[in-house]
Amino acid sequence: MKTVSPFLELEDAPRVEVSFDGRTLSLPTGANLAASMLAAGIDVFRNTPVSGAPRAPFCMMGACFECLVDIDGITRQACMVEVTEGMLITPPHSAEVRHEPS
Amino acid sequence: MSRRDLVIIGAGPAGMAAAAQAADLGLSVTVLDEQPHAGGQIYRDVDRIAPIRGGILGPDFTHGTTLTAAMRHDAIVHLTGAVVWAIEDQFRISYTRGGRGAQIEADRILLATGALERPMPLPGWTLPGVMTAGAGQILLKQSGILARNAVLVGSGPLLYLIAAQMVRAGTPPVAMVETQSRGDVMRAAPHMGGALRGWRYLAKGLKMLAEITRARVPRYTDATGIAIEGDGKAEAVRFTSKGRSHRIACDTVFLHHGVVPNTQAARSLEVSHRWDAAQHCFVPLADEWGQTDKDGLFIAGDGAGIGGAKAAECAGKLAALEVAHQAGRLPLAERDRFAAAPRAKLESELAARPFLDAAYPPCAEALLPDDKTLICRCEEVTAGDIRGYAKLGCIGPNQTKAFGRAGMGPCQGRYCGLSVTVLLADATGQTADETGYYRIRPPIKPVTLGELAAMDDNTLDAAE
Repeated sequence: MKTVSPFLELEDAPRVEVSFDGRTLSLPTGANLAASMLAAGIDVFRNTPVSGAPRAPFCMMGACFECLVDIDGITRQACMVEVTEGMLITPPHSAEVRHEPS
Repeated sequence: MSRRDLVIIGAGPAGMAAAAQAADLGLSVTVLDEQPHAGGQIYRDVDRIAPIRGGILGPDFTHGTTLTAAMRHDAIVHLTGAVVWAIEDQFRISYTRGGRGAQIEADRILLATGALERPMPLPGWTLPGVMTAGAGQILLKQSGILARNAVLVGSGPLLYLIAAQMVRAGTPPVAMVETQSRGDVMRAAPHMGGALRGWRYLAKGLKMLAEITRARVPRYTDATGIAIEGDGKAEAVRFTSKGRSHRIACDTVFLHHGVVPNTQAARSLEVSHRWDAAQHCFVPLADEWGQTDKDGLFIAGDGAGIGGAKAAECAGKLAALEVAHQAGRLPLAERDRFAAAPRAKLESELAARPFLDAAYPPCAEALLPDDKTLICRCEEVTAGDIRGYAKLGCIGPNQTKAFGRAGMGPCQGRYCGLSVTVLLADATGQTADETGYYRIRPPIKPVTLGELAAMDDNTLDAAE
């Protein structure tokens, strides 16, 4: 399913399928994962462990850790990872919320 | 474990120039860099990108190919995708690469870890769709991705650069919301002499402004009361400019009010830092060669104080010359003879800096945000929380960790540290130097148990 993305892609590269949170995405192979997820219309990458607030890439250079996702079970910064075929991506420790709102 | 004359951390302009210079003088050099290709953030992936997007990004970007070319040298080992997480014991460097831990030893180290965007805490800055202007540039440079419907917020030359590049790429920003005022330009006027010596930068600035104006991008200056609004993601920017309130709908917001040195690695090695009032940030103490107060530890480029890419290139060369001299490969007179040209170039590169620093100061309301604004994005600590800790007797950033976990999330204070220092200093009446900064401890980047377990056996034997 193609989602309308707020981002425009200038390049077209061969695509491979990955899965994010149960959705199948077709992303350019070898591309920056965070960038290509944004271009595919993914606007929320995770929810914070403190309040559950939605977050998405902020710095794109490995410093802010906002783009954290679990890739094949290991938590990674999506902006520091290249797209490979068949990646199984989920929001990080989706079930865990550290502080219950009082 | 292999031992090198010089290990350089970071393959941006300072790191690349230093590597080439040191290798030319016969030193064994290893460059560790997190990215898959040389270039740093400013020349990100330049070898692949220059031919396809050089027109949009301009000659200042494509210049990076001269540095990557000089890096291809027999005496230089460039380890791409290498994430450094500890530097110890003059010097053993631990890093992760390809899912495995590894270590390397060095007689001397050059930290060329560049800059980070200055934290810009404004209401709504954690919403999805809000990114740094640097992130916008990285998306364009590396991935060819442009925001269709973006508002640029803040101040400084980088904001104009990205706006001009978006115009050239055919997707101009919806608007520019600029925080600098006419008063700032007046305050910058005494530095005009320096700016004229650095006239190339002024000419470039005027050319970019002309491109932005020609594309009819609305510019709002002297903006205050800035807030990003949206339900679960950025939907609009609200602000007041010249007595009128505005609300501009958008999908993406790019924030920028200057860049600051990335001091994480230097801090982890307990290098002394001082507050730089002109650039509103901490800078490491280093001499004219980039030698810090720790023997054998050098810093060059924006990580030593913001000067830009060309200045970083000169500083990298100078550091490499002193490293070669200390290693006994370059007599003093030769060192000074080789240093003359890069030192003169460095001085001319820095000439316009005082003007730029004064004309585009950080956004005041992002330095001391209102109580409800989040400061620590990771642990969701607000400005009001920090002020509350100060009332309870908290005098320094390390105590704020105990009070409310500020700076203890995954980013390790990279995007809240300076804000916490400034808020505490404002609340206690102490200076920024007295207030200090977070103590940074390794690992300075996350490392998994699996990566440690997969550490090269030879490496472990040698370490024991």
